[in-house]
Amino acid sequence: MITIESLTKRYGRFTAVDDVTFTASPGRVTGFLGPNGAGKSTTMRVMVGLTTPTSGEVRVSGRHYSDLPNPGLEVGVLLDASAQHAGRTGREILTIAQRTMGLPRRRVDEMLDRVSLSENEAGRRVRNYSLGMRQRLGIATALIGEPEVLILDEPANGLDPAGIRWMRDLLRSYADQGGTVLLSSHLLHEIEVIADDLVLIGNGRIVAQGTKAELLHAAGTVVRSASGKLLAQALEAGGISVTLSPDGSVRTTADPARVGQVALGAGIALTELKSADGAGLEEMFLELTAETQREGAAA
Amino acid sequence: MSAITVEREASMATPRTEPAGIPMTRLTSIELRKMFDTRSGFWLMASIGIAAVLATGAVILFAADSDITFNSFAAAIGVPMTIILPMIAILSVTGEWSQRSGLTTFTLVPHRGRVIGAKAISAVGVGVVSMVIAFTIGAVGNLLGAAVTGNDLVWDLSLANLFYIAVANVLGMLMGFMLGVLIRNSPGAIVGYFVYSFLVPTLSGLLAASQDWYHDVQGWFDFQFSSSQLFDGALTGQEWAHLGVSGLIWLIIPLTVGLVLVMRAEVK
Ligand SMILES: Nc1ncnc2c1ncn2[C@@H]1O[C@H](COP(=O)(O)OP(=O)(O)OP(=O)(O)O)[C@@H](O)[C@H]1O
Ligand SMILES: [Mg+2]
Repeated sequence: MITIESLTKRYGRFTAVDDVTFTASPGRVTGFLGPNGAGKSTTMRVMVGLTTPTSGEVRVSGRHYSDLPNPGLEVGVLLDASAQHAGRTGREILTIAQRTMGLPRRRVDEMLDRVSLSENEAGRRVRNYSLGMRQRLGIATALIGEPEVLILDEPANGLDPAGIRWMRDLLRSYADQGGTVLLSSHLLHEIEVIADDLVLIGNGRIVAQGTKAELLHAAGTVVRSASGKLLAQALEAGGISVTLSPDGSVRTTADPARVGQVALGAGIALTELKSADGAGLEEMFLELTAETQREGAAA
Repeated sequence: MSAITVEREASMATPRTEPAGIPMTRLTSIELRKMFDTRSGFWLMASIGIAAVLATGAVILFAADSDITFNSFAAAIGVPMTIILPMIAILSVTGEWSQRSGLTTFTLVPHRGRVIGAKAISAVGVGVVSMVIAFTIGAVGNLLGAAVTGNDLVWDLSLANLFYIAVANVLGMLMGFMLGVLIRNSPGAIVGYFVYSFLVPTLSGLLAASQDWYHDVQGWFDFQFSSSQLFDGALTGQEWAHLGVSGLIWLIIPLTVGLVLVMRAEVK
């Protein structure tokens, strides 16, 4: 469990993190989302004591991070996979972590195996690692202490599709076993598939938070039939307000069951009916962070 | 793989016992390991032995026969030591920032003072061992030199002398360490070291030569000057006082400032 309370971090007159309060609960994957420069990494650095907050506090498993006697055994952290001594081998970096935590030596091989770094790759210097290999090494370092809490900043960054799938399964099973997982990402689809709870941040402020179900429910339903126009009319007639997208799909805030019912009543064959999840998160993300987007009014 | 999963399942279900803290001995052994585990680190360490052997060879080959004494060997080996040892100390600290490995180091051990302390202990340890190795190589050189030239063996340095020389070198090393902590950037700290140990003493010497008032107080303000007295054997009470005061100014105070900055600085 991670509790962040009224966390504020100012750099001079610039407020990077502004009164942020949220909780990442055990047994759940919490997705931390926001545009570039929103303050995600800064918040995560404060959590592990690398940055001192201007005000507010963070507790991990009920304690301040610096009060954890051997943090690697309780919190797995991956902030920046490229932040490693380029001249060390992957195996050596993992060995240093293993020894710092006082773990048995075999754990190094187990972890290399777990993140699919071969013997040969583990013996290479990190300067010669690809982005995805660094990421795997960073994940191995975070996992080696078998912690209950994971704090990962853009862990999918640089992973190939198989790696992303593997990561998703790993985090899912971690949470299912009672672990707390907090991860930030720009890959909205990834977050959407894996996260149970979402925290959206823009310009250092939280703009929305809640369970994925709650947040996406607001996103509504996407429905299609052979003629979008007819469908839209039928739904309006049934008392459901809709918007007709240029691509012919119809969107509404009503839930899918009701939409299906009305369409059936109107005798319209649907070609697609789904909750707006797929596009929903992206839509919501752009909408909620519209003022904070670099690209201006993206919506 | 499944074995690991099962293991974790069990450990998450049952409340965990509080893990033991990380002892200082472990931290020190890790910091020591980190001095050797890159190619550049390894060769820097190896260069201590290599430089000592080269310097010894040079004395045997080029020194006048009457100069083949232990003192000559110790002096010749001492020159590369005063550069290599501080470099080792500097890089052990600055690497965490220049190479950004501090992100992991200070996350695994969220007490920067302990990490820096472990680094200081390992650096001094390396310094002491290096001096023992250097003296041993010098002694072997002296034996060889005497055998080659047919001169009498001359052991003109006492154990006390060796001790003082080692102290002087370790002080130089701590100077590098302090600059590493203060500057936290490898090239910056290395340049800083050369300014500190060559430029400042030169200017101080010039000032002492031209200004009588400074000549009389140089020992109090010039750390290089007062620590170089160690090479000439036992210090008088006043020389120790010089060493203490100038060390306070040039070593302890900046080190304290550096430590305060390290505690506060953001690691990213
Ligand atoms: N030392 C600093 N001095 C001044 N501003 C800083 C400092 N560190 C971070 N910032 C600013 O704080 C803001 C938040 O940065 P942060 O790295 O937390 O963003 P982020 O959400 O992780 O972005 P991204 O998605 O691009 O990784 C940025 O505007 C950044 O420029
Ligand atoms: Mg970031």
